[in-house]
Amino acid sequence: MFDDFFNVVKLRFNGGDVDETPSFKCPRCQSPVPMDKYEELHRVCPNCNYHGRLPASERIAITVDRGTFTELDSDMISGDPIDFPEYAEKQKELRKSTGLKDAVVTGTAMIKGVKTVIGVMDSNYMMGSMGSVVGEKIARAFEYATENGLPVVLFTASGGARMQEGIVSLMQMAKTSGAVKLHSDSGGLYITVLTDPTTGGVTASFASLGDVIIAEPKILIGFAGRRVIESTMKQRLPEDFQLAEFMQEKGFVDMIVERKRMRATLGHILELHGYKGKEV
Amino acid sequence: MDEKKTAWERLKLVHTKGRPTIRDYIPLIFSDFYEMHGDRFYGDDKAVIGGIASLDGTPVTVIAQVKGRDIDENKACNFAMPLPEGYRKALRLAKQAEKFHRPVICFIDTPGAYAGVAAEERGQGEAIARNIAEFMTLRTPIISIVLGEGGSGGALALGVCDELAMLENAQYSVISPRGFASILWKDAEREEEACNIMRITAEDMVRLGVAEAVIEEPLGGAHNDLDKISENIKEYLLHKIPEKCKKDIDVLLKERYTKFRKIGEFTE
Repeated sequence: MFDDFFNVVKLRFNGGDVDETPSFKCPRCQSPVPMDKYEELHRVCPNCNYHGRLPASERIAITVDRGTFTELDSDMISGDPIDFPEYAEKQKELRKSTGLKDAVVTGTAMIKGVKTVIGVMDSNYMMGSMGSVVGEKIARAFEYATENGLPVVLFTASGGARMQEGIVSLMQMAKTSGAVKLHSDSGGLYITVLTDPTTGGVTASFASLGDVIIAEPKILIGFAGRRVIESTMKQRLPEDFQLAEFMQEKGFVDMIVERKRMRATLGHILELHGYKGKEV
Repeated sequence: MDEKKTAWERLKLVHTKGRPTIRDYIPLIFSDFYEMHGDRFYGDDKAVIGGIASLDGTPVTVIAQVKGRDIDENKACNFAMPLPEGYRKALRLAKQAEKFHRPVICFIDTPGAYAGVAAEERGQGEAIARNIAEFMTLRTPIISIVLGEGGSGGALALGVCDELAMLENAQYSVISPRGFASILWKDAEREEEACNIMRITAEDMVRLGVAEAVIEEPLGGAHNDLDKISENIKEYLLHKIPEKCKKDIDVLLKERYTKFRKIGEFTE
């Protein structure tokens, strides 16, 4: 009751123009979307079709056959390889606030009846940055897939290497890319799904190595950040620079697939590569 | 060996005018260097040179990032910041080495891969990723040496190898200390502070399992005695190349993968 009272006062105080329902401001078209509507659309902007960032758990839920996901390496947490000030404390807080252990969740699941190794990065955890845990879990996921003759589907989302782990984070690029290469040499299929944002050291390693590279619409894909490039060039870059559509035009993305078609598309591609599905 | 300098003092040293570059080293370490140009797709990046040479009679492939010795040279080689075609040239030459059973020697000396529109349009990320993956299974020995700066993925694209050596004052880092300060603290001026906490020295690399060897520099740094530092590099290579060439290639590849596979710190 008092809450209501305070809201009314706040509304009056702010001139009555405060929207009571929280809204999401689309980073592409800048239009506000009521949060409940945005979430109902699985975080896709109804105005411009920008495909927003999904928590890993939600991504898994809309991608795999219900009840088939089994997590791998679920308890792995990061060390502090270069004794970086406050890194360990920050990790502890983040694990608590996000419910995640680090920036990637890996496991096995059925997608349209096809057993697959799946990995999903989550930008809510230190901007999806890659440190020891991301590197190790992704390498293990590929090794598991190689040993068991399984395809891999990876949803990437990352700001790049995790600065707080210094050179050790850079080396994760080699670790993951090596594991991808061995999986590839064994004949395994690897589908990369680039989601917002895929940049830096992740773009320069496993994200760019898929046999099939899919991107969600309007997402950011790049190696160097826009601000870095703008400051070197001392000029503004076009709006569409480094968006999925731009990267497809330049030849680095096979297909752009909407979220609502993603599961079906993955299922078809797996099937076309000879992985047999069991109806569940 | 020199008494230990801080990471910041070494960074200053590496940036000293007169620090030898690959163009100084090649004639003193190798004979009959034939430079090869181009990636066969787009162009010839001047920030990466490569070719075939003789190391005391052994044919080798040399791939290197090029720093300039003055402003004109630096402009010509884009301050050792490669474009995607530089990395693709490196991969082409590495594949050529594999075909003709020549060991590959990579010299790393870059602040990082070039960040710009052209680089993005031609797939800087893809070019680096491809090199990392392909070098991991290249069926010939690879030795990499960091001469000065080993900056980020741009360095790692020539850094997947059987053994990595650091010149004593060289450094290897996930990003330049300046970039690090700028990203983490939004203040590039805190470069020195970043430099000293990032763990980027040769000894750090050995301790973290990234490098296996440190090549001693003459007193005061490599620029003080070019002949001596070249001799030290050559001596290292003459010792290391035959050792790696003797190994069964499948064992070597397994060890190469394991070297990178075990870097990381986590609990479960």
